[in-house]
Amino acid sequence: MTHEEILTKLRERFGAESFTTSEFRDNRRVHVAPERLYGFLEFLKRDCGFDMLLELSAADYLHYPGAKDRYGIWYILLNMADGAKLFVKTFVNDPDPTLPSAYPLWRGADWMEREVYDMYGVVFDGHPDLRRILMPDEFTAFPLRKDYPLRGRGERHNFPVITRAEG
Amino acid sequence: MAVEPGGNVLVSTLDRVLSWAANLSRKNSLWPMPFATACCGIELMATGASRYDIARFGSEAIRFSPRQCDLMIVAGRVPMKILPVLQRIWLQMPEPKWCISMGACASSGGVFDTYAVVQGIDRFIPVDVYVPGCPPRPEQLLQSLMDIQAKVSRTGTVSGSEFSKRGPGEAPKSLALEVAPADSLVAPADFSTATRLQGGGRTP
Repeated sequence: MTHEEILTKLRERFGAESFTTSEFRDNRRVHVAPERLYGFLEFLKRDCGFDMLLELSAADYLHYPGAKDRYGIWYILLNMADGAKLFVKTFVNDPDPTLPSAYPLWRGADWMEREVYDMYGVVFDGHPDLRRILMPDEFTAFPLRKDYPLRGRGERHNFPVITRAEG
Repeated sequence: MAVEPGGNVLVSTLDRVLSWAANLSRKNSLWPMPFATACCGIELMATGASRYDIARFGSEAIRFSPRQCDLMIVAGRVPMKILPVLQRIWLQMPEPKWCISMGACASSGGVFDTYAVVQGIDRFIPVDVYVPGCPPRPEQLLQSLMDIQAKVSRTGTVSGSEFSKRGPGEAPKSLALEVAPADSLVAPADFSTATRLQGGGRTP
């Protein structure tokens, strides 16, 4: 299925005004609002053959030139039958960045959503086990947010000291 | 002393003779525990292999159980998630024991001056010898092993009383334990009771 055919199907199903598109080299993107996201992903999987979620990641657009929203989350989908690739991108904002979980569609979303939650604090509704995956459980901040200092807030110095006499 | 020693009597105490013998045994058969978390671990493996041959110094018995070792070699960066594990493994090693901080990352955090990387393991566990380098060559690690051997024969006692005298760290404290003003912000999380350390063999 070519890119134009996919866009035509999306327009027929959701209406032409429900999404916008952009391109960078061979990356073809579909931008949707977060409340429409799950319907789009479901349709792309069921009716357009995107049976694999290649990547689910995020970026913090705080202080980014020209950015209107804060957290950008993108899904890279692959149709394994014909090799078609599609980027689906959406934006969420503070104070309550929430998205529906893609776990019911692709099991591979499990750890990727946990990583986005761990690094950015974006909550995925419906995820079966939304815990931190990289940082320790005691950690409370979201370190890849742009307003979090590179050297942290002293967490790395906050451990008990073992002395020679104790050891 | 009431007894006047004769011509060929060696004046010494029993403790010093025993310590000398114990140190000779200890320093020539140090059993390393490799805590290799990064590229320094590759140099550590090279040190153990035939070309550099750590067996020449009696330390070829590398064990992956801390219960069997008396020399911890921390080779690589230590993120805050693995630090409670490192402390637990250190506590599981039987006395007498020594620690080598191998490479820039283990000694100071190296280039990884970020939120997740511990800025020198000597902040949280005792270290005897630091090895500079990124990563250090096997010759440098062997030199540090020889330094440990010298330290054992210089300070070791048969009762292990030298350990009770030592403080938290032997590094130049003002430098190694200094926390930059920007770093001393309030930490919102409490790691003092990190779950991985509980029941970790900490002596009461």
